Order: sequence, then C-alpha cells, then structure tokens
Amino acid sequence: MIAEIGLAALWLAAALAVLQMVSGAFALRGAEGAINPLAMYARPAAVVQAFLAVLAFAMLLWAFMVTDLSIKLVANNSHSMKPMLYKITGTWGNHEGSMLLWVGVLALSGGLLAGLERRLPERTMGATLAVQGFVALGFYAFLLLSSNPFERLPVPAVEGVGLNPLLQDIGLAIHPPTLYAGYVGLSVAFSLAMGALLTNQVNPAFARVMRPWVLGAWVLLTFGITAGSYWAYYELGWGGWWFWDPVENASLMPWLAATALMHSVAVLAARDALRTWTIMLGVLAFSMSMLGTFLVRSGVLTSVHAFAVDPERGAFILGLLGLYIGGAFTIFALRAGAVSEGKRFSVSSREGALVFNNVMLSAILAIVLLGTLYPLVTEAFDVRVSVGPPYFNPASAIFAIPMFLVMAVGPLLRWKEDKPARLQFEVSLIAAVLISAIALASVVGDIPFLPLLGLGLAAALAVAAALPLKGRKLTRVPTATWGMVLAHFGVAVSLFGMACEGAFTQERLAAVAPGGTEQVGDFSVTLQNVAPVAGPNWTAIEARLAVSRNGGEPVILTPQARNFWSPAQATSESALLTRWDGQLYAVIGNQAEDGRWQIRVWWKPFVTFIWYGGLLIALGGVLAIAGRVRVDVKRRTATAMGDVRRADLEALNAAPMPAE
Amino acid sequence: MRSRLMLWVPLALFAFFAGVAGYMLTQEKNQFVESAMIGQPLPEFALKPAFAGLPGAARSDLLGGKPRLLNIWASWCLPCIAEAPQLEALKAQGVEIVGIAIRDRPEDVANFLARYGNPYTRIGADDISEVQLAIGSSGVPETFVIDAAGVIRYQHIGDIREEHVPLLLAELEKAK
Amino acid sequence: MIRTDVIRALLALLAMLAMPISAQDAMPPAPYAYNQLEDPAQEAEAAELMATLRCLKCQSQSIADSDAPMAGDMRHQVRSRILAGESPEDIRAWLIARYGDYVSYNPTISASTWPLFAIPVLLILIVAAVLLRRLGKRRSDTGEAA
Repeated sequence: MIAEIGLAALWLAAALAVLQMVSGAFALRGAEGAINPLAMYARPAAVVQAFLAVLAFAMLLWAFMVTDLSIKLVANNSHSMKPMLYKITGTWGNHEGSMLLWVGVLALSGGLLAGLERRLPERTMGATLAVQGFVALGFYAFLLLSSNPFERLPVPAVEGVGLNPLLQDIGLAIHPPTLYAGYVGLSVAFSLAMGALLTNQVNPAFARVMRPWVLGAWVLLTFGITAGSYWAYYELGWGGWWFWDPVENASLMPWLAATALMHSVAVLAARDALRTWTIMLGVLAFSMSMLGTFLVRSGVLTSVHAFAVDPERGAFILGLLGLYIGGAFTIFALRAGAVSEGKRFSVSSREGALVFNNVMLSAILAIVLLGTLYPLVTEAFDVRVSVGPPYFNPASAIFAIPMFLVMAVGPLLRWKEDKPARLQFEVSLIAAVLISAIALASVVGDIPFLPLLGLGLAAALAVAAALPLKGRKLTRVPTATWGMVLAHFGVAVSLFGMACEGAFTQERLAAVAPGGTEQVGDFSVTLQNVAPVAGPNWTAIEARLAVSRNGGEPVILTPQARNFWSPAQATSESALLTRWDGQLYAVIGNQAEDGRWQIRVWWKPFVTFIWYGGLLIALGGVLAIAGRVRVDVKRRTATAMGDVRRADLEALNAAPMPAE
Repeated sequence: MRSRLMLWVPLALFAFFAGVAGYMLTQEKNQFVESAMIGQPLPEFALKPAFAGLPGAARSDLLGGKPRLLNIWASWCLPCIAEAPQLEALKAQGVEIVGIAIRDRPEDVANFLARYGNPYTRIGADDISEVQLAIGSSGVPETFVIDAAGVIRYQHIGDIREEHVPLLLAELEKAK
Repeated sequence: MIRTDVIRALLALLAMLAMPISAQDAMPPAPYAYNQLEDPAQEAEAAELMATLRCLKCQSQSIADSDAPMAGDMRHQVRSRILAGESPEDIRAWLIARYGDYVSYNPTISASTWPLFAIPVLLILIVAAVLLRRLGKRRSDTGEAA
C-alpha cells in the first residue's frame, strides 16, 4: 500500500500543479486592482500540493526504512542488513529518490511561498504561483513518466542489491538534502522574478519579498557545498577538497549566480537600482540549478560509465530545460526592455562596488560554465579535451582578485555617492595589510603565486571585514550588518585555508614495515600493526598508526581499506588527526610482496579553515535573514498598530457624529 | 537607452548549448581514448618473454616483409577471453600477431594460452605499461596494425568481435 | 578509488564509482607508482605534474589521485623521467603526443582548445565594456534626474 499511496499523492500533486498554474494565470486577466475570482485557487493548490509531495517522499522514506523489497527502487538500492541510518539516507542515494526529493523541496518551497507571502500585489502573486506550478508540473511529469520511484516488481526480490559503500556515510544525510533545498529553493526566486517581470512590478517592495527566499536558498547552498567538499575530502581518500569536476561545478554555478543575485536584490531593495540585473540573475540562478541537474542526470559529461544513465531521461530533462530556461529568457528578452532602469548612482558608491562585484561573479560563472561545457562541445566534433585546475584556477583568479579587492572596500562606501577621500585611512590600512602579508609570506618560503596572493588577500579581507563596525556602537549595529561582516570574514577565513593548503601541504608516501617510522612535517608516524576488522556489511584491514608531533604524546590513527560485500566494492577510509592549525590525513594502501604496507600521509596546515570559513559564510546568511525578518515583523506590527490607532481615531471622530 | 539586442544574448547562448547537448544525447558515447600515434613510427622497445613458451618482443620483430598485428592484452582481462577465437581466426588467415602482456605473471599467461589458444608468435611482458603508454594505448585489449616499415597504421580499441575480423584484414591489406 | 565529488550526483556517482572488484592484475606496482623520489625538489616537480595529468582508466580523476594500476604506471613514467632529467613540460608533451589533449588537465592553446582562451579574453573585454557603460557613464549624469 505504501507505494500506491505515494504514487497517488504524486499524481494528485501533479493535478494540483495544473490547477495552480491555470488559476494563477487567471490573476493576470483581472483588471488592475480587481481580483479575478478564478485566481483564488492558486494559493490553496500550492499548499495542498506541497503536503502531497512531502507525503509521497515520506512514503518512499518509509519503504526504504522497512526495506520493502517489492518496490523496484528499494530492491535495487537498499539491503536489509544495512544500518538504519543508511537505509534512510539511501532513499535519496539513487536517481529516482533524489528526483523525488528535488520535487518535494520544489513543492514545499512553492507551498511556503503561497502560504506565507502576503505582501505582493495579487496579480504578481498569481503570476508567480502560475510559474511555480508550471515548473513543478514538468518535474512531476518527469518523475511519473520516466523515473517512477514507486514501481513495483512483479515478484518481490529476496534481498536488495545494496547502496554504494562510498555513500554509506553520514555525509549522505547532510549534504544532498541541504544542497537540494538550496538548489530548488532558488525556484522561488525564479518564479518571483518571472511574476514581477510579467506584471511589471520590478521594484523595491518586490525585492524585499524576494530577499529572504534568495538568502535562505543561498545559505543552504553554501552549507551544502561546504559539507559536500568536506565529505569528498575525507571519503574519497586522496586528500583533495575541490577538483573542478563537472559535478562539483554543477553545484558551484548556482551558488555564484545566487551570490550575485543576493547582492543585487539588496541594491534593488535599498536603492531601487539594478532592476533588469536582478531579474536576469533570478532567472539565471535557478537555470543553473536545472542545468546542473541535466549535466548530472543525463550523463552527457560522465562518459566512461554511461551505462546507468538513460538517454531518454536526458532528453526529457533537456526538454524541460528548453521549456523553462528558453521560455524565461524569451520572456526576459521581450519584457525586460519595458522595465525602467531604476535609480542612478555614482561609480564610487556602494551600488558601484556591488555592480562591479556582480559583474565579476558573473564572469567567474561564465568561466566555470565555459570550462565545464567546453569538453562537451568539442566531443560533438569528435575531439576530446580535458579542462582542470590548471585552467580554472588562474582563469577564475583573473576576475576573483579584483572582486576581492573591491569587496574589501565596498561595504565601507555610502549609497548613491561617496567621496573616496573619506576612506583614505581605511584604504591605506587594507593596502598595508595586503602588502605586508604578502611580503611576510614570501619571506617564510617559496610559495607559488596564487596561494601567495591568496594569503595576502585573506589577511586584507579579514581586516576589511571588521571595518564597517568601526566607530559604531556594537550593541546598536543591526543584525543584518553583523551577518554581512561575518560572511565577509568567512570568505577571508576560507581563502586563508585554501591558500595554506595549496602552499604548505606536505605529503609522505612510503612502504612501511610494522614498527617502521616515517616523518611528515612535524609528525612522526609509526606503523604499529595491521589487523583485520569487520563491520556490519564490510570487512577491512586496519592499520594502527601512532602519530606523534615533535616527539609528544602519540595519538593512534586507524585508516582502513574496506571491502563491502553488497555491492562488492573496495573503499579506503582515511583517518584524520585534527589540530587547530591543520589536519593530518592518513590512508593505508596495499601490502607489497616483501610484507611492507603502503601508507600515504599528508600534513595539511589550516586546511580546516576552508570549511570553517564556509560555515561562517552560511552563518552570516542566517544572521542576515534573522535581521531582515525581525525588521520586517517590526515594521508590520508598527503599520498594524498605526492602522489600529488610525481606526480608533476615526472611530472617535466618527462616534459623536450620530449624536448630533 | 540600452540596446534591445543585448537582451536576446542569454537566449542565444542557451539555444546554442541546448543544440549541442541535444546532438550529444543522440550520439553514441565514445568511451575510448584514441591513440594519437596513428601514422607515427612505432617507438623503440624490447621486452622480455612473458612466459617460457615464446620469445619476447622488440620493435625489430615487427619490421620487414608484411604488416603485423600488435595485440595488447592480459590474462586477467575478461574481454581478452572473448576475443581469443577471433585472434585464432586471424592467425588462420596467415596474420602474424605479436602480443604484449600487461602486468602479467608467466604462469597466468601460460594458463590462459593453454585454455583459450595461442595465436601469438611472440609475447613481450610489459610489467609497467611502458610500451602501452609509448604507443598511446589506454586499456586492454587493444590491437594495432603495424606496417612493414614499422609505422602504426590502425588502432582497434576493445575486444575484437567476429564482425571486426574482416575489418582488420582490410586494414592489414591497406597497410601493405 | 575513482575520483569524483559527491555533490548531488548520487546516480552519476554510483555510475562513476561502480568499479569492478575483480582484481585487475596480481603484479606488484611499478617501482615509482607508490614511492617518492629522493630529492624533494624533483618529487615536488613530479607531484605538480601528476596532479594535472588525467587517469585514462578513470572518470575525471588525476593520476595522482587514482589507485588504478595504469595510473600507477603513469606515475612511474613521470617520476622516472623526472629522475632522468626531463622537464615536466617535456613529459606532458610526450603524453599529449600519445593521447592527445585529453590526457592533460592543463589545456594549452591548440587548434582544438583556442576558444578556451579566446572566450575569457572576450569576457574581459565584455566586462570592461559593461562596467564602463554601467559605471563610467554615471559619473557624467549623476546630476541628472533619475
């Protein structure tokens, strides 16, 4: 019954998406000010649809928890012997389940928008919900027609196939759901942008409605990418945290667009400028989410093991992409000309700095997009090329370095127009920090150019991030400003981690006999012994490494080489020793014929700062949301109280009237 | 006044991408990395015998007289079992096949040949993929046509199926 | 293990990582597959190069990050050639001559890769033009009514 309830809920949700779309579209037909009676169904349709889609997902979750082997998806991706946590997370560890999660989040964000948002004009709201319903409908169709997660097997399987061991990790519980929520949360920004464009309501009031959605999605994306990077780092066993892999880039591109959008929305809300830009970025951000889904799901970029990828599904998603991205860009091209340009500002103003950085972020996005898609384009001409870190790092740095420099100064500038001379002290301080940090670092050692620059910029940004607080009473600083300070400081922290990892990482690769010792950095690593161990669904050989820093008290690390049996696959479990100033990363390899064991150990100074920085950035976003919502609620209560008082006054004035 | 034309740029870029992606979806995925050495002379090498039964292989063994096949294989490779009958068929047509065994043990090579037949005149042992890398081969099995002057003329990637036998014979003919 | 990230491509990841467990071979790895060069400077040169060469048997993974036997043999080639005094760029060129641009993650300007370099240059020009239009013009007309 579980599967049937889930499937029925999905079909009903799809039907409601049609209702939402049609009813929302009727709102556009109403005269200005008047409300079309047929438009009233859009909101409830979105809310009930969200409930149904979440119900469908809950049903699949339940099926995975009880390992219902009569469902094809469960039989193909789960196993009765798997620990409960991985049974649950395995729900989205496969194509159909992850698409259902995608659709569930899509419906949920649409439902939240419909349920919570009361500020927009009805026509704009109707158009927004119509777009949201239209997008949802396409993905329901994709699920129901080509990726049905609830398909039954004619005969229930005796045992499930199991989940890829690399995914049997707490990372699967955290990373995909947050990233999906961020990805798909951007659909609200997309729908709002389309709604505002269709009804010509691109104004600060609309920006204030859009802002919390953008911030929320951006926070989730930031957190999801940070978690994913750390997961890949410790799980894949080779010590890398970012490789510019197409799949990684697929998550970075929406983040870049969302970062630009978030800043652009702020300008629109505060200063009524950058109207077209904001709409463009709103469309672009969710387009990048969908593009990422296409790249990953269609298999056009993952060539060698393309067997698991269905070209029919790829064609389906490409069709949806054409419909939504193509449609949105067409409407943009037709309607954006009618959007007036908004308020003007001087080059040396906060808007000026934000425009500069928006353009830089867009340029980095273009570089990532180019490098990711280029191999696909040449393959169409039967030429195969590889684009990797040696291309992406310098090419994106061309735009990232000016961006960081402007980012240091931008928050100090006033809106509309400012005199650069006013900031003489701040600018010279930032420049001094930048130069002395670079000078200091180049004295320390022979550091490659980009990490050296990264160290300098990190120091300058860290100082610059705190400067907006200068001369202000800290208790009176708005929460949202704290958010910005924290997020910008997080960028500095993350950049510092990246630069240190790139400049100072030490690696030791050796064949070691039990009892033997190797040196990496300040650490001496002694292989005590190697012994077999067993887990619930794997066996492994485990090395005991005694790690001692500068002859101090040794700590035991136990890296493993695991063999899972369902599905049969070998993985390498790294062992990490975290210190405040870095991480020691140890992996065990094969045994050589002479009995020695291959071990690989890295000392990565300050590598953890990469993810600490990511968390700070996300936390800054959370503070910004909290601050905005608080101000908004205050304003609303103030308005409401004003209304009440006005009504009272009117009543008082009116009261004596009849007496006369 | 900004130009209206600029507003169409995103759509144009997307249309280009969608076109390429759509085309790619219809194409058979080319999973192979082709060698860039076709038309180049075979690099110098000399490999020790892969097992006691046959002599090793060197570049000079592939020179002179007629075109030959250079078969990169290994006893641990499953598709190599599948192509064994086709190599036998080629041998029956009078083709000389020189083998290079990748990371293989002599006893495994001997066992494999005893079970699936021995189409080779020589087999060199390439324990560190030295020759494989030098000729731009990226997997096992792969088969190269080497002409009498020692120039690499053709590369067949993957196991040789029945329908590939005439193809290879034609390539050998072309290389004469 | 095969290198990829696990961003959201759970299916793609499943597909990419589905590595057959059947042992590829029983031979010990090449001498320099898992051993560093004595000289730290030479090893650093080799490590930098290896991080930018593509493992041909894997999906989207450098030979430095791959446990595939062929990646080990390629590492051996790199290290032993560095040891013999070859420069990293010579070794890269040697490999490109055998496998084409696909083997190198560091695209150099060639007939098949020039747009990778032309487009960023174009992008810089576009960015400059956009900034000049957006910001440069403002200076003159800030005084005007919006």
